[in-house]
Amino acid sequence: MKVLVLVKRVPAPGAKINITPDEQAVDTKNLGFAMSPHEECGVELAVQLVEAHGGESTVMTLGGQEAEEQLRYAVSLGVDNAVLVQADTDDWDPMATAAALAGAITEAEAGEPFDLIIFGNESADSGGYQVGIRAAHALGRPIVSGIKAIETDGDQIRARRQTVAGLEEYRLTMPAIVAVKEGITLPRYPTMKGRLNARKADVKASSQPHTPGGQKKIRLIPAPETVSNTVVLGEGVESAGKIVDLLVELGVLT
Amino acid sequence: MKVLVLVDHDRGTLDELTLQAFTAARSLGTIEAAILGDYESLAPTVAEYGAATAHVITHPLLVDYGSEAWADALVQAMLISGAQAIVAPGTDRGNEVLAHVGALLNAPMVANCVEITAADGDWSMIRTRWGGSLLEETTLTADRKLVTITPHAVVAEPAPAAGTVQRIEVDLDDSVARTIVADRVQAESGLTLQTAPVVVAGGRGVGSPENFAALDELAGLIGGAVGCSRVVTNNGWRPHSDQVGQTGNRVAPDLYIACGISGAIQHWVGMMGSKRVLAINTDREAPMVTKADYAVIGDVNEIIPAVIAALKAR
Repeated sequence: MKVLVLVKRVPAPGAKINITPDEQAVDTKNLGFAMSPHEECGVELAVQLVEAHGGESTVMTLGGQEAEEQLRYAVSLGVDNAVLVQADTDDWDPMATAAALAGAITEAEAGEPFDLIIFGNESADSGGYQVGIRAAHALGRPIVSGIKAIETDGDQIRARRQTVAGLEEYRLTMPAIVAVKEGITLPRYPTMKGRLNARKADVKASSQPHTPGGQKKIRLIPAPETVSNTVVLGEGVESAGKIVDLLVELGVLT
Repeated sequence: MKVLVLVDHDRGTLDELTLQAFTAARSLGTIEAAILGDYESLAPTVAEYGAATAHVITHPLLVDYGSEAWADALVQAMLISGAQAIVAPGTDRGNEVLAHVGALLNAPMVANCVEITAADGDWSMIRTRWGGSLLEETTLTADRKLVTITPHAVVAEPAPAAGTVQRIEVDLDDSVARTIVADRVQAESGLTLQTAPVVVAGGRGVGSPENFAALDELAGLIGGAVGCSRVVTNNGWRPHSDQVGQTGNRVAPDLYIACGISGAIQHWVGMMGSKRVLAINTDREAPMVTKADYAVIGDVNEIIPAVIAALKAR
């Protein structure tokens, strides 16, 4: 089975997100980087599928040279090949990103389609909810998004999505594409051997045209701060009664 | 300007977030509802929330949900109705269908807007990033505008309109059947994180999977559901389906009881729609404590059992 997983390098923020003075980016002075959580689970899924069915896995990202860090991390977890689609600036809108990735995927396939392509449902930072779907249209393949569980016999996939009412199941014939959500797998940690593989991995470069769509970021704005005059009910077990009183006051208990 | 609002429903059962999308779209122009499938029973509700016309869009492949079938039918309805924009709720289906529509029309789609300023040419909007912990000002340049609305960004308010039913029969290629729901597994009955009036959520401070038993018991006593933070699922203490946060469930209960959760921004955006927040934490300075309405300072593994004892003594 040939599996491709797409990832995106994003800052790993903590309790507060700061913005650069030009309002164009998240201030990453004191932040590390990671791939989006959905994609981390996608990488694990790719590795597990190849472990179970044989074949090979590939990881691809669109980004600057520094995004090699996330590609090598995926290799350290067991992915076989890595492709960096070179991006000149940070301002690749969803249409531009999808078009470039579809081009790079076609190039990487060289006539032999990946059986399964895995996208994250949405990136942690810009959250456009569409790159996988647009790429699927460009490649002429079916896609289902929001996937939290997957089974395959090598030809068909059964993909499940969580809803308020339960689970919805979709059945696709490969080659197919899924956009997955965190929870579909529990990502492993790199092994020592994996780290060594990652260091010497050959990252292939792909150059694709940048064709902007009609969505343009003007500036980033901090979300309104939640200001609360927290009422401290008390400390320790003595406050148990206060909590019960609160539950009554709020109408939770009658 | 005529704006189509996509009605998110599951075989005739409305997703209430749709009504927020109707409310948000009202300032953009005349709004008309797009109901995919023969579900005319939804028309009175969308009329109450401002739909001048309710388009009931029918085809045998629209009985159940399928992203490609819905998107293809929606594009046809847009052309037939002469609408210049489609607004959808920022639900799984809303975002998915509008992304497909964007691909079919080769038009941009702006996901999860909290505010839209419509002009004759470009639109300007504020949208959410990082699941809502950061905002972005964006401009949208396109002949046909596609936008989804961030859940819980606006409060749904009725604004009765005619809601005249207009039936549209569309042509669909059999190939769209490949992405229609093939089967379902019903959730266990009872309270879910989405429907429970109270959510009792545990974080790192709970300390172990065994210690969640007290949270389960408390939730049972007060009619709540149990949730957790990302650390908890990453440690394998609880299933991922219990996770609240940017990459898990979005919840908005009447009361959210955060037990031993520090309140990183990724968690906060998953529960910030809660009406009241009670934080139980050893750290007085934890973001969850400073943002909460109420707080109790102390070890959740001592306090929750004491609350349970107090409840049982009532």
